[in-house]
Amino acid sequence: MLRQIEGSRAVAETVALCRPEVVCAYPISPQTHIIEAIGAMVASGALAPCEFINVESEFAAMSVSIGASAAGARAYTATASQGLLFMIEAVYNAAGLGLPIVMTLANRAIGAPINIWNDHSDAMAVRDAGWIQLFAETNQEAADLHVLAFRLAEELSLPVMVCMDGFILTHAVERVDLPEQPQVDAYLPPYEPRQVLEPDDPVSIGAMVGPEAFEEVRYLAHLRQLDALERIPAMATEFEEVFGRPSGALVSPYRTEDAEIVVIALGSVLGTIKDAVDARREAGDRVGVLGITAFRPFPSDAVREALSRARSVVVVEKAFSIGFGGVLSTDVAMATHDTGCTLRTIVCGLGGRPITRRSLEEAFAAAAQDELDSLTFLDLDHEIVERERTRMTTTRRSGPSAENILRDIGTVASRMD
Amino acid sequence: MTTQPVRFYQVGSFAVGNRLLDDDGRTVQSDPNRTNSLDSGHRACQGCGEALGARYAIDAAMRASQGRLVAVNATGCLEVFSTPYPETSWRIPWLHSLFGNAPAVATGVAAALKVKGRSDVRVVAQAGDGGTVDIGFGCLSGMFERNDDVLFICYDNEAYMNTGVQRSGATPPAARTATTEAIGSEAGNAFGQGKDLPRIAMAHDVPYVATATVADLHDLEEKVERAMQVHGARYLHILVPCPLGWGSASSDTIRVARLAKETGLFPVFEAVDGKVTGVSPIRHRTPVEEYLSIQGRYAHLFGEHPRTDIISRIQAMADRNIATYGLLAEALADTDPKGVDV
Amino acid sequence: MFQVRIHGRGGQGVVAAAEILSMAAFAEGRHAQAFPSFGSERMGAPVVSFCRIDDRPIRTHEPVMEPDALVVQDVTLIHQVELFAGLSTDAYVLVNTSRSFDELGLGEFFGGFHPDRLLTCPATELALEYLGRPLPNAVLLGGFAALTGQITLDAIGTAVRERFPGAVGERNMAAADAAYRFVTLEEEEMVHASTD
Repeated sequence: MLRQIEGSRAVAETVALCRPEVVCAYPISPQTHIIEAIGAMVASGALAPCEFINVESEFAAMSVSIGASAAGARAYTATASQGLLFMIEAVYNAAGLGLPIVMTLANRAIGAPINIWNDHSDAMAVRDAGWIQLFAETNQEAADLHVLAFRLAEELSLPVMVCMDGFILTHAVERVDLPEQPQVDAYLPPYEPRQVLEPDDPVSIGAMVGPEAFEEVRYLAHLRQLDALERIPAMATEFEEVFGRPSGALVSPYRTEDAEIVVIALGSVLGTIKDAVDARREAGDRVGVLGITAFRPFPSDAVREALSRARSVVVVEKAFSIGFGGVLSTDVAMATHDTGCTLRTIVCGLGGRPITRRSLEEAFAAAAQDELDSLTFLDLDHEIVERERTRMTTTRRSGPSAENILRDIGTVASRMD
Repeated sequence: MTTQPVRFYQVGSFAVGNRLLDDDGRTVQSDPNRTNSLDSGHRACQGCGEALGARYAIDAAMRASQGRLVAVNATGCLEVFSTPYPETSWRIPWLHSLFGNAPAVATGVAAALKVKGRSDVRVVAQAGDGGTVDIGFGCLSGMFERNDDVLFICYDNEAYMNTGVQRSGATPPAARTATTEAIGSEAGNAFGQGKDLPRIAMAHDVPYVATATVADLHDLEEKVERAMQVHGARYLHILVPCPLGWGSASSDTIRVARLAKETGLFPVFEAVDGKVTGVSPIRHRTPVEEYLSIQGRYAHLFGEHPRTDIISRIQAMADRNIATYGLLAEALADTDPKGVDV
Repeated sequence: MFQVRIHGRGGQGVVAAAEILSMAAFAEGRHAQAFPSFGSERMGAPVVSFCRIDDRPIRTHEPVMEPDALVVQDVTLIHQVELFAGLSTDAYVLVNTSRSFDELGLGEFFGGFHPDRLLTCPATELALEYLGRPLPNAVLLGGFAALTGQITLDAIGTAVRERFPGAVGERNMAAADAAYRFVTLEEEEMVHASTD
């Protein structure tokens, strides 16, 4: 049913349709509206049977999910940024144990400095943990991917996280076509665990594994993720059959058929990128866009296929590996190193810095002229940076850099962006 | 002719066999058909108090739940020695996740069972003192506060034993550990620190809290049984000597545990809804020296230059416990001979 | 696409205003996107929200850089915050005040704009009269509908009543209706004045 609805609310209602049995969460901006909405649905009986548990930390949230899932219940939680890091031990544990937990990650920057706005540093911090990571471009996709996530997780016995940009998607009110219960029931069967704590058939789960078998256990997990590369497209096709709209492909290409330059990105920035690309197309540049939906497992083949006619790749990303370069860029580089494409990285949106169509257009125009640097920090104020560097060379006790820079920028309230 | 009551000293609280007791008065351990939940073949040290305590407690919980029990285990000695890959010595459904999250994982298991209508199956979480009072503390407090339906058992050997005997928030004053060495002017762990988890549990007003030791099997089993009669968050704190970490003889485990109680250093009691409802009285009040002197972790208090000052402070702690909990029974009816060795 | 930017202070319903506007557009079968510029929320701090309305799906997620319409819920922001960044001279501007643009010291700045697109509306006073509370957000939407013609008062009513069921919604709509009439009248007077 078509609704004009806040992204968080769309996700909450869709998750509820997936009949989760144990939901727990610890509040953190910008995820709060999701868990509040689910909590209200449980309290009113709209979502039943379901145990909604207010836990004392994110570490507890993932741990409760682990216990619930191991005991055979469909488990769901949500977090962001600092909360994800607080539970990171349990995040790895869930993947290692092969528990099909679904989690919404409302992407938010990781401090210090503390920052509640959107970027992808949190998702990137756990990209090696063994979770499947799906990125939503729109609130419609965010809602739909959760349905796919439960099905995928339970089929493969792997946890799945659905990433949606904090505030930009979670707090945006947009048109979303919410699924109906019969549709979700047709697509998502009840959870059949591969392993379960059951007195009639006792098993020990979570034993120590030494050097003699650890590599095999890890390799098996890798194979299961590679299986996902096959299963996701198949599930996406089935999704379209049941719900009447596509969702969940590994990648989504836009005007890439004849593109010389392909822009690659994750998440909501793809919308702004498409507008910028359309503008560049008007100007005669042959630019296309490749949105990556499944980030883990990384869809190397699909990416290579989309780049097969391109000569240049521009990765636009909201994450950065301090001391090296882009994070998504590294993955793309590894997947495409022998394609002959040049690779340029644009880092933008860190800590929620707005990414404007105009700035992207300028960057893409430069790329078309082969004038784009290999690494660009979009809209970076170099003067501010230089001022702080000078401060630091002048005196040892130069003070906290973040505070110095804020003072240089002036009253925060006077800036609209 | 007057009848002379004859006392059968081999019957009573300290005899596992109990052949002269009625069936329902006997211990679970005396039953050859017990679950033996922690089966033989595990890799615990000789004389390990925790292996003993775990088998006692879980078998009792299995009887109380008619064999429908799920156990969640924190990282630690018990977890490591009971599941040496590729074997397990657990005969019941068992889950190990992380070091600090056993209470939260158990909460999740209990929630899953509840939502699925499995009211027949009960949940036990178990951890050492490190996993309980330190790294697991936040999750434990959350579990208590929500009154989740879990029996949490702490096997307290008063240090992080599995990693090589490091100090925990349960390490008693003056005890030597690898991170509180008896070097220089320091004499082991500092005074004035540490957490009293049973009292903290009581402060959460959970339905049932009890302490026990491996020296008194009947008492321990009864407490597990009573705990299992109740629903909600329950806490059982069991003193389990570690011969390796405590430097005691592996044949002395039960004796050391008994001395901990008989000196007053480890009060054995029960609390319901936040109030102490019963204590296990000291049978033979014993000076702390008898307890400390048989443990290598206190060796620095003895010898050529004995630290009588420290021993007095420890004695004062014991005396305070005795007063606080009323650990000395009113005049005993019979006069048992003092110092009965086990 | 029609882009709106709403400025106010925390506690004045700036975020809700954008959301209600988007719901009104939805009620008319159009695509709409509403989102706030997120700051640390606290009462009294400057808040900005955005709304885009279009007949096609809206893809972009950047803030509204060049608004077609600006709504100012709190005049104390005028000389404190960069309210007017990105405004083209064709833009509509609706200010919550009982004073005029000149009296607010804005006459010069808006010299090159269309006078019939720069209107004021005493929304706070209307809110106090109809709601008993100084919450001008829904009220101003009534003025917005009259000013821009981008949305009907009916659609605003549907959205407001959905967002604030019962008496609260009714009172808000009564005030919004008053604002609509006020702005309509203001427009007519301006047209008459310019043709005199």
